[in-house]
Amino acid sequence: MITTILIILPLVAAILVYFAGQRLAPTIAIASTLLEFAIALYAYFNFEVLAGWNYVLVKDWIPSLGISYNVGMDGISLILVILTSFLFPLILLSTLTSSVKDKPSFYALALVMQSALIGVFVAKDLFLFYIFWELALIPIYFICLMWGDENRKFVTFKFFIYTLFGSLIMLAAIIYLYSVAPEKSFALENIYLTKLTSQEQVWIFGGLFLAFGIKMPIFPFHTWQPETYTSAPMAGTMLLSGIMLKMGVYGVIRWILPVLPNALMEWGWLALLLSIIGIVYASIIAIKQSNFKTLIAYVSIAHVGLIGAGLFTNSVEGLQGVMVQMFAHGVNVIGILFVIQILFNRTGTLQINSMGGLRNQMPQLAVYFLILIMANIALPSTNGFVGEFLLFIGVFNYNPYLAALGGLTIILGAVYLLSTYQKVMLGEAKAEFNVVMDLSLLEKSILIPIVIAIFAFGLFPDIILDVTEPAINGILHAVNHSIPVAN
Amino acid sequence: MMEFVWLIPGLPLLGFLILSLFNKYIPKSASGYIASAMLLGSFLVVLSLLIPAVSGTLVAKEPFVLFNWIQAGNLNLSLSFQIDNLSIWFMSIITGVGFLIHMYSISYMHDDEGVTRYFSYLNLFIFSMLLLVMGSNFAVMFMGWEGVGLCSYLLIGFWFKNQNYNDAAKKAFIMNRIGDLGFLLGMLLIYHQFGTLEYTAVFEQVSKIINPNEISGVLLAITLLLFVGAMGKSAQIPLYTWLPDAMAGPTPVSALIHAATMVTAGIYMIARSNVLYSMAPMTLDIIFVIGTSTAILAALIGLTQTDIKKVLAYSTVSQLGFMFMAIGLGGYSAGVFHVTTHAFFKALLFLGAGSVIHAMGGEQDIRKMGGLMKKLPITSITFIIATLAIAGIPPLAGFFSKDAILALAFEASPLKWGLGVFAALLTTFYMFRMLFLTFFGEFRGTQHQKEHLHESPLLMTIPLMILAALTLLAGFIEIPHVFVHEGSNWFSHYLAAAHVPLLEASSISASTEFVLMGSALTLVLLVILSTYIIYVSKKTLPASSESDLSALDKLSYNKFYVDELYDTIILKPIAFFSDIFHNIIEKNFIDRIVNFSGKSIQWSGKTIRFVQSGDVNTYTIFMVIGIVVILFLNFIL
Repeated sequence: MITTILIILPLVAAILVYFAGQRLAPTIAIASTLLEFAIALYAYFNFEVLAGWNYVLVKDWIPSLGISYNVGMDGISLILVILTSFLFPLILLSTLTSSVKDKPSFYALALVMQSALIGVFVAKDLFLFYIFWELALIPIYFICLMWGDENRKFVTFKFFIYTLFGSLIMLAAIIYLYSVAPEKSFALENIYLTKLTSQEQVWIFGGLFLAFGIKMPIFPFHTWQPETYTSAPMAGTMLLSGIMLKMGVYGVIRWILPVLPNALMEWGWLALLLSIIGIVYASIIAIKQSNFKTLIAYVSIAHVGLIGAGLFTNSVEGLQGVMVQMFAHGVNVIGILFVIQILFNRTGTLQINSMGGLRNQMPQLAVYFLILIMANIALPSTNGFVGEFLLFIGVFNYNPYLAALGGLTIILGAVYLLSTYQKVMLGEAKAEFNVVMDLSLLEKSILIPIVIAIFAFGLFPDIILDVTEPAINGILHAVNHSIPVAN
Repeated sequence: MMEFVWLIPGLPLLGFLILSLFNKYIPKSASGYIASAMLLGSFLVVLSLLIPAVSGTLVAKEPFVLFNWIQAGNLNLSLSFQIDNLSIWFMSIITGVGFLIHMYSISYMHDDEGVTRYFSYLNLFIFSMLLLVMGSNFAVMFMGWEGVGLCSYLLIGFWFKNQNYNDAAKKAFIMNRIGDLGFLLGMLLIYHQFGTLEYTAVFEQVSKIINPNEISGVLLAITLLLFVGAMGKSAQIPLYTWLPDAMAGPTPVSALIHAATMVTAGIYMIARSNVLYSMAPMTLDIIFVIGTSTAILAALIGLTQTDIKKVLAYSTVSQLGFMFMAIGLGGYSAGVFHVTTHAFFKALLFLGAGSVIHAMGGEQDIRKMGGLMKKLPITSITFIIATLAIAGIPPLAGFFSKDAILALAFEASPLKWGLGVFAALLTTFYMFRMLFLTFFGEFRGTQHQKEHLHESPLLMTIPLMILAALTLLAGFIEIPHVFVHEGSNWFSHYLAAAHVPLLEASSISASTEFVLMGSALTLVLLVILSTYIIYVSKKTLPASSESDLSALDKLSYNKFYVDELYDTIILKPIAFFSDIFHNIIEKNFIDRIVNFSGKSIQWSGKTIRFVQSGDVNTYTIFMVIGIVVILFLNFIL
């Protein structure tokens, strides 16, 4: 029942918000996300790790096609639900620092998106998963289109077509899977039992990987992302990078790994290689970016590249690293984006070279910003380190040379982020920023939970690892013990 | 006492938290005392371990586990401490010298507006450095390893308004990160090979290997990768160029981080992992070559520098090279011994330089000093003691530790001894050049500076005196066996309890050894005499502008143009690739394919519209199918 409440609550809130008017809309929206977070925490603390799927609810939906409303959470789902419900209040709070036009629509769309995202992470029915997957795209499309900058039309259209294209391929793959599954049902258990020839697996793998790879995005399917990040409103960028890209990663874990083990053996190396190339490629491009949001888009591609690589390592360490790093990336990227929002509010620019010396006026922000940078470049004791370290273990055991190549990120990450920090924060005070104020109470109330999360998960990653380990082991068991069918 | 070991890093951490969280409420004058008090407490706890360790009554125990850190699959990492003679020794240096430098800083930094921030960083540094040496597995060491890198970054760029300082800080961090990648990969390989990162478990497995040839390749790779980490942190060729730039930080920071403690982390790491290194002789040879080259190259650069801190910085790089020479010869305890004596005399030199800079109102150019002896007696005398020590004059500490390394070198080959002596002579030259130019002769500064010359206050001179006393005495912990019949090499025996191997008795006869010592000493004295003649009797001054330098001097003065070289072969190509990737591959290739796919679909949509009924949904589907096909061909097949 809890799972369903988690899906429905944001929807109900969305309706309320839509009719609440300019003044009340943000308050209701934020209150509902806080309530959602509280429920998610309740689910976490009452979660029975050994029971596998918790909070399951199954109801027939379209019985003739074997489609059911089938939701529940295992450890993997739970962590992503926690991530989503933790970040949403922070993202919505961050919008209070700038003016938003047509608040009811904006917050209602955001809440619909939250509902869809939760749905993606808890769906135990492949068709339902697809519905939520598509549903999540619509609100973010409108958010980018209506609240984005002057390039929004072309950029958003491209983003929409690109991801929709991925989705349709996925739909084709899903229908094929359904047609060969042992029973006429989209239920997860049924899909997992499907026996496929290697040839079939490769084709389905191609279809699903394309859809998930575009969402994450994995090199070379990433070109929609820098433009979209740059042109979207800040909250949209936060939703995209903080949560939405995890849909792709989650999709791989849930629907590729256990279902297509042979294709994984055959083509997993390519996915891993592309991911690693993406890390280095995006890191090098990031070095010379001058727009703050574009920079973060490339940084994000680099970080997600490592997560992507971890997905295909077929190791507990690698996949556990994926889980920790998904959480860490979500928290840290929202933190950095919020810092950018603060800087933009103060200076009116996103150009890194136009800022400078801001540490003089904003010593407190300087501290938070530096902590976020250190978490992003994976300093031990921050959440970023635990994830990256586990991912590197996974990749290294797969292939040491690829780990060494991907390891360049720890050098390049320091290069682009510390250079940026220096250009923005350090140096002599600039006269035009003399009136700039340091952090407000509202801003601190967003940054403090983020910093707490950085160190809490950096020092006690068991909060995540203990919950996900049985689920990850289950996935890996499915990968390595399904009997291949001869061609 | 074991149950209180968490206090040792805990107190500096507490100090950091108090100073950084309550920054606003703490009076500026109090912050230094809070930070120092934390460190004093920490030092006292360390003493309670050092005393039993020195007297041999320390009971070795299992690692002290604080909490479980990362558990996934086979990986089981805990935040735990390894308390043995080796870590206790380093803890003593860190907290002891650290405390003196904190004390000194109270006075040195008293009128800086960021003094609270300064002391919070300093406490954080001590905490990280303690983690580095106390950890019982490579991951905790790495935590400290990266932590000290961060603190170094923060403190080099402490005066953040100056972009040159910020550049230096960034350079230090990035160069260290290059090394850290090596360290990280080394750790991953250890885990891959042994399934654990705990020291005891790894070393036990290694020592049980019956046929070392089987995994010699792996051990070579592990030791080399870890050594890359050491190159970064301990400023060895090719990753040394950050250390001279790091002098941008406040002088006490240079003394603490960039001389006495952090830069010796590489030596600690290798001494800790000596089991691995002893089984990889090829790595040891490489370490020897790199250590020796660094010792000589840095000394050559030191010959012509005119900034008092830069001279000391190159001297530090060079002395670190000496330590790696020792390690490369298998003399782990000789390396750690030199770390110890160097910590005392080099901290003393830096603090002395700080006292000089303080008196000179910020001036660092030795060409503008001279004759400071009369006005700064304590600083001068302690500085002379340290200079004599680094030159290796008996019975000062540097003599014993350098002699231990030279004796090892001679045993390996006379050529290695010759290289060591050569580096030592260069050291003597530039150190005495600096000493004479600074403290002897006539004052060459401005009238205004002359009137303000004064000895530093007690808070600064007391640490100088204590360090001078340690510099006088520390050598006696490792008296070579040629001098005494019993009780020789006490320090090696002390470290042997922490599994640092004790070398077999030297095969060199006592008379040969005396001849070696005597000849090295004679040469050193000759060099001192010649510097005296050049800089005191003849009053020669280094050229005031670069154009007056001879070609060789120019090469040395410009640090052999290594920074420029790195700029050309590394930084510029990366920037170039960044442009290429972004403008050509990204914009003109990948994205063009994507956009072209979209546009060609639109175009065919327009074309087909005349044939088809005009249903929008149909077009969307066609569009999507089109993109599918094109992208499929491009990326999948």
